Amino acid sequence: MSDQTRWLKALSEAFGPSGCEDEVRKVIIEAIAGKVDECRTDHLGNLICLQKGTAHPGFKVMAAAHMDEIGLMVSHADESGMVHFAKVGGIDDRVLPAKVVRIGEKRVPGVICIKPVHLTRAEERTQVIPYDQLVIDIGVSSKAEAEKLVNKGDYAAFDVAFEDLGALVKGKSFDDRAGCAVLIALIERGPYPFDFCPVFTTMEEVGLRGARVAGYSVMPQAAFVFEGTICDDGPKEADISPTTEVGKGPAISVMDRSVIADRRLVQLVVDTAKAEGIPYQFKQPGKGATDAGAIHLAKTGVPTVPVSVPSRYIHSPVTMLSKSDLEHTVNLVASTFLRLTPDVVGQRD
Amino acid sequence: MKDTIKQLVEAFGPSGSEDQVRALIRQQIAGLADEVRTDTMGNLIALKKGDGTGKKIMLSAHMDEIGVIVSHVDEKGFARVDPIGGVRTLFEVTGRVQFESGVVGVIGVEKLDKPDAVPAMEQLYLDVGATSKADCPVKVGDVACFLQPMVEMGSHLTAKAMDDRIGCAVLVQAMRDLKSTPHEVYFVFSTQEEVGLRGATTSAYGIAPDVGIAVDVTFSGDTPEPPVKMAVSLDKGPAIKVKDGGMLATPWVKEWMVRTAEALGIPYQLEVLVGGTTDARAIQTTQAGIPAGCLSIPCRYVHSPSETVSYGDVLNGVKLMVAMLSGPVDMP
Repeated sequence: MSDQTRWLKALSEAFGPSGCEDEVRKVIIEAIAGKVDECRTDHLGNLICLQKGTAHPGFKVMAAAHMDEIGLMVSHADESGMVHFAKVGGIDDRVLPAKVVRIGEKRVPGVICIKPVHLTRAEERTQVIPYDQLVIDIGVSSKAEAEKLVNKGDYAAFDVAFEDLGALVKGKSFDDRAGCAVLIALIERGPYPFDFCPVFTTMEEVGLRGARVAGYSVMPQAAFVFEGTICDDGPKEADISPTTEVGKGPAISVMDRSVIADRRLVQLVVDTAKAEGIPYQFKQPGKGATDAGAIHLAKTGVPTVPVSVPSRYIHSPVTMLSKSDLEHTVNLVASTFLRLTPDVVGQRD
Repeated sequence: MKDTIKQLVEAFGPSGSEDQVRALIRQQIAGLADEVRTDTMGNLIALKKGDGTGKKIMLSAHMDEIGVIVSHVDEKGFARVDPIGGVRTLFEVTGRVQFESGVVGVIGVEKLDKPDAVPAMEQLYLDVGATSKADCPVKVGDVACFLQPMVEMGSHLTAKAMDDRIGCAVLVQAMRDLKSTPHEVYFVFSTQEEVGLRGATTSAYGIAPDVGIAVDVTFSGDTPEPPVKMAVSLDKGPAIKVKDGGMLATPWVKEWMVRTAEALGIPYQLEVLVGGTTDARAIQTTQAGIPAGCLSIPCRYVHSPSETVSYGDVLNGVKLMVAMLSGPVDMP
């Protein structure tokens, strides 16, 4: 496994729903130890770093990836020992039944209950069970026993092992542990000709919250955001967009629901890709929202561009991406950084 | 002022692609401001310095219009699109769009389950005259605005992008007509309003004015069975906003606007808009909060290619704006 995927495994398997990113932060701190000049954790849990540059003092470039994943939160245990839950972040209820989760600090294993198919009527099988009618079975049969193991407010994350499948890898939460892996690799390749501010943000999945305050406090002159992004490249009946495609390289966002990317930065990334012979694609405009949405509106504004690794099945328990897409993303951004001078994002006209 | 309006409404400028509108406005306001600059988000900010005795006032009209962005080009060269801002398919099907490059497209629609249903965005496509993906002159990420020239209908003007080039025109004309002001006035021609008041958010933060006034269109309730019941009509004067879907106008600001209009006999209407908002909301909630209001130009068929305003309302809007800037601000 290359360096990028080495950290991707540890990142993917770390427990970190929005608001509970400590374990992910620990992995990252270990990965970047000795490679940054400053490193601090702010009040919302963002890990904000600084890698001093080799040129253009005062020119600050921020790069963000979010540490949090979608997950669940325990709301209560019922009389039969089944655990009810709320969702943390956007989860399609259809992916919940029959999944294995880990709950709370003790990582108590549980299974999200589904009625055996033998007992279902035909019309039940075409209906989506709303999440608040699902329960987690932790293997106990009373409320008292359940409350010994889990508490109201405990977080739960899906329990999925990382595996290398050859060209692709599978694991949970490549949204956005893939982005975190990209950012770690970029730190390893530094320093750059500007003050590099890598930020590992929190609570993106519940409203870009960490990025909102991190953007405000870092206030860079330019920002990049890395995501594991929507990839719907399976066979289709109609000739419509796959959003992004595995194997076609890093996906550059021109526009999503939260941001219109700075055209000068988009052009710089594209020009770099062409000059270096790195494959790239444009993400289907209008889909999804990222930390860029919050960062670009900090104070008087920050030119920002999202660059993402296509990841199949995000916001479900298992995601997949291509190792070469991840490597190309790191290479493309590292090369772009070498061409990023203050005048690229300087006075417009 | 009609030439100014025509140039502005016919310019290309969907959210995020306002360069041409900004260049046009720079020309139109040449020599009329003490300082002109473009900020990080592309907002054009023109400063008219006062005599030091007044307040810091920010005015905001947005340069951007709604449009579409190409999301996919299929094998036959038809393009799928995503909306930029609040695009209503009902208003656009079989109309035309124009790209920054000048390429024109026709908006086609797939077969619908019911022939008179309103199509979803996913059921639309652009026909740009290509025969295949290879010879299609547009690609993913290309941006287009709706295409419709300005036409005079009696005392009304109809065109695409009255929202909010008419607001920009009001500010341009106010800059021309303003003889002197005690105030430090920032005329902001903002970007990306249609996708979330984004230009106004960052420009207001930077300027941090004592008071902010947006100039934008509002709906009218004077057409047959109007979609929105409103007491606002064309030809009854500019509207002074009391409330919209995102903002409660600061009462003293609204009062200042009303008193100014009454003192000079300028016709005006009070406006309550259900749904929709303007740059004023972004100004009001920046920093530690800024008193804010909005001067509205009543407009029929908002977010269609035929947005229609009364020229008389526009002229009175300019008069009201100039009057407000010429005298003291009744700030409590």
